[in-house]
Amino acid sequence: MPKQLERKHTLATRWMHWINFPLLAMMVWSGLLIYWANAVYSVKLGSYELFHFFPQWFWDTLGIPFRLAEGLQLHFFFMWLFTLNGLAYVIYTIASGEWRSLLPIPGSLRRAPLVALQDVHLVKRIPPQGKYNDAQRIAYTAVILMGAGSIVTGLAIYKPLQLAWLTSLLGGYEWARWEHFWLMVLFVVFFAVHVVQVALAGWGNFRSMITGYDIVEASSEVPPPAAEGELA
Amino acid sequence: MSDDKEIRLDRVREFVDKNGEDVWPGGRDNTANVLGEHREVSEPMSGDDARKAMFARSRRGFLVGGVATIVSIFGWRWMSDETKDATYHRAFEFNESVSQFFYSPQRLAPEFSLDRITEARVNGLEGLESELDPNAWRLNVSGLPGKASLELMISDLKKLPRTEMTTELKCIEGWSIIVHWAGVRFSDLFAAYAPGILPAKLPQYVAMMTPDELYFVGWDLQSIMHPQTLLAYEMNGEPLTVEHGAPLRLASPTKYGIKQIKRIGRIEFTNERPRDFWAQPEYGYDWYSGH
Repeated sequence: MPKQLERKHTLATRWMHWINFPLLAMMVWSGLLIYWANAVYSVKLGSYELFHFFPQWFWDTLGIPFRLAEGLQLHFFFMWLFTLNGLAYVIYTIASGEWRSLLPIPGSLRRAPLVALQDVHLVKRIPPQGKYNDAQRIAYTAVILMGAGSIVTGLAIYKPLQLAWLTSLLGGYEWARWEHFWLMVLFVVFFAVHVVQVALAGWGNFRSMITGYDIVEASSEVPPPAAEGELA
Repeated sequence: MSDDKEIRLDRVREFVDKNGEDVWPGGRDNTANVLGEHREVSEPMSGDDARKAMFARSRRGFLVGGVATIVSIFGWRWMSDETKDATYHRAFEFNESVSQFFYSPQRLAPEFSLDRITEARVNGLEGLESELDPNAWRLNVSGLPGKASLELMISDLKKLPRTEMTTELKCIEGWSIIVHWAGVRFSDLFAAYAPGILPAKLPQYVAMMTPDELYFVGWDLQSIMHPQTLLAYEMNGEPLTVEHGAPLRLASPTKYGIKQIKRIGRIEFTNERPRDFWAQPEYGYDWYSGH
């Protein structure tokens, strides 16, 4: 069966993707160092607290307590790198036209659940797709919006006087902090799902994020859009 | 790959033609959807050749990635704590200059109605632990060009225009409370005792400290002259208590609570950046700490 090498990810995409990984990790870590000093959020059912962010063992295991100043130092240094890398990615994605395979398209919301159902083997066939399926389109677009949301809510907490209009737009100082926190939680959830999906997608897919290329069936065998897997 | 060719997903078109447009919304000619995607593939080759070509690419990719990872990790570890601290310190100062560039004294912090006042919190008693005789207390103001230093009593301050505001006090720890303050604007004190000094002649900083000099803060001129920066003597309708900074404290929504010094004993105008309690290297907080 003849094969081809297919270019999956450009050099720019790969660098920005991998640079983002330690930067996001640093933002989350330093954010936790800061959050510890006023760790007030929890998930509640009525007045019953289901989960407090975070239990004492969590703080102690990670060695977080009493490192607020260090957290602020890291957060307000790495925020620039995180923002610049994210901005570069958005500009690049627009300029290169790669947004076409990344943005949701009409019907994405309707088809995305089918992708998830196929993931858990409840339906056999994945809906027609391009480079990314509809669930991926939604997830990869959402994570960029989350990045933008983190920057905006972060600015609202950082400069609540000079950007008072922004802070009040977000519901005030305390709400902006709450939103900033939950965006962090969403990032962690995204990361967990992403890692699982990458593990399931296999070595070739992971390798393509490092080398840029993957081995695919030769062009006469380009998988039909309704086929499973191959273009994932 | 020099011999790349571009393959449109013609199969999608076939699929749309066969199954109807509602199956693939946007239709066969919607260039914004998947039909506009490009693929770049090499010439067909045998499976063995493909594996070899892929191996060559992998070796290079993983080598570059591995080196970049190792350099970053060891570079980070090799960097001394002094270098890192200096870097963060410079970042704070850079952020400060960005803030100052966009700063406008016309922008005001939101004010709240009295029913939004929240329970006050006491946090930090540095500089308040020595005994203080309220009758012997004086506010010493110095450093104004061409002026002798002043000794003011609380009654002198109360003669100046009284300003009230209900604003949010934000602690650098992340919590905030809404407080009703009464006092005199710092800028009103300045106007009353140092009229006629040209703004260009004004020292760029203000240092403030408790009478025992155990707590001290530094402010930039534009923040201290902000219309919502008060020398407060009342809090939530009552005279200040000792733990909230009697007889006179700073209250301002322009900076975190750590900068709103309690029990002010001395105010000094200066061109040298004043030292600041929490910005000392052993604590490492941002000197500017401005909103």
